[in-house]
Amino acid sequence: MKDAVIIGLGPAGITAALYLLRAKADILCFEKMVFGGQINLTDKIENYPGFPNGISGFELAQLFKKQLDEFSPQIISEKVLGVEKDKEGILTVKVSSSEFKTRSIIIATGAYPKRLNIKGEEVFTGRGVSYCAICDAMFFKDKIIAVIGGGNSAIEEAIYLSKFVKKIYLIHRRDRLRADKIFQERLKVLNNVEFVFSSTVEEIRGEKKVESILVNNLNAQTAKEIILDGVFIFAGYTPNTEFLKDFLQLDKGGYIITKENLITNVEGVFACGDVRSGSLKQVVSSCGEGAQTAVGCMKYVEKLKGTSYD
Amino acid sequence: MHEVKVDNFQEEVLSSGIPVVVDFWAQWCGPCHMITPILEEVSKDFEGTVKFLKLNVDENQKIASDYGIMSIPALILFKEGKPVAQSIGVKGKDEIASFITSNI
Repeated sequence: MKDAVIIGLGPAGITAALYLLRAKADILCFEKMVFGGQINLTDKIENYPGFPNGISGFELAQLFKKQLDEFSPQIISEKVLGVEKDKEGILTVKVSSSEFKTRSIIIATGAYPKRLNIKGEEVFTGRGVSYCAICDAMFFKDKIIAVIGGGNSAIEEAIYLSKFVKKIYLIHRRDRLRADKIFQERLKVLNNVEFVFSSTVEEIRGEKKVESILVNNLNAQTAKEIILDGVFIFAGYTPNTEFLKDFLQLDKGGYIITKENLITNVEGVFACGDVRSGSLKQVVSSCGEGAQTAVGCMKYVEKLKGTSYD
Repeated sequence: MHEVKVDNFQEEVLSSGIPVVVDFWAQWCGPCHMITPILEEVSKDFEGTVKFLKLNVDENQKIASDYGIMSIPALILFKEGKPVAQSIGVKGKDEIASFITSNI
């Protein structure tokens, strides 16, 4: 039986793993996709201390990996399907091929970009609809695009995309942006961005690829069609908690509710990073939360084993 | 995984006797680098039945645009020379494996 299982190796899970491995805990990690998680999709991280010129998300993930690899962690690249707890308090983590017993679990599964669930979105994904500016900007050189959203990720991505495209329609349902002032200032000086406020996209149209969008103005109650080549959607996130919905207490957005020391409603199960209700959704805070859960988790395991210091 | 280029695309992909998964990627695309080790894992399970190749979209822009690539990483599954299915973005091992099995 393991001391702890960590599900998800983004900044939160990586930091938790680092702390637990340094404490000589016997742990197992699951990462269904990519080491580093969502940071791999970030062009430049400028608010993580220690990198005065910023660092690309991919590079930071590689540095995290290098540091963790020193401890030869046991990582399984499978999707966790479910978690259970028996009467004796033993936790079970299930994947498609087998299951693993553990004394504690740290959930750090993060979130993924929210779908708008509008007509045309799914069928044109990869044919003009994108959720990743650094992946796809190159395909929209000198083209006309829309960026949907008004938060930090939408504005950061719009600034990045503006270097490639001819024109951006920045579409946001509110009448002003939510993004940090530093991003708003950088956006304002760009001459190829047109703001479309108080508006929602109702439909994405085209034949084989995106050709236009239908935009609804919420104030005027009018609709118009905008001819364009691409739609980049950054309208918030959905937490990866589908597999936990019958096991843990979640908020109405699906995020995990935690108490003091980031413990969930199930004893021995902790949550950190973007998946946690109230998380700041920053690399730096996710790392901090990862450390906090690791320490709490270690104390819990030592108590179970009867090896507590105090 | 081997690279396929304009010169050998016909021979390696379109005239292949077995289905081919082509991974469209680029040097500047972080997520593209991350899908490579996952694909290498998956390719072991399909050894001899499905061929796996990489195609650099910068060096082979014509092929990328012929197949309507507007988002990478993208996987296209070719069967008897025809693209039969497409998968966009970084996916896990299980998801890629089931994408292949449900389309071959």
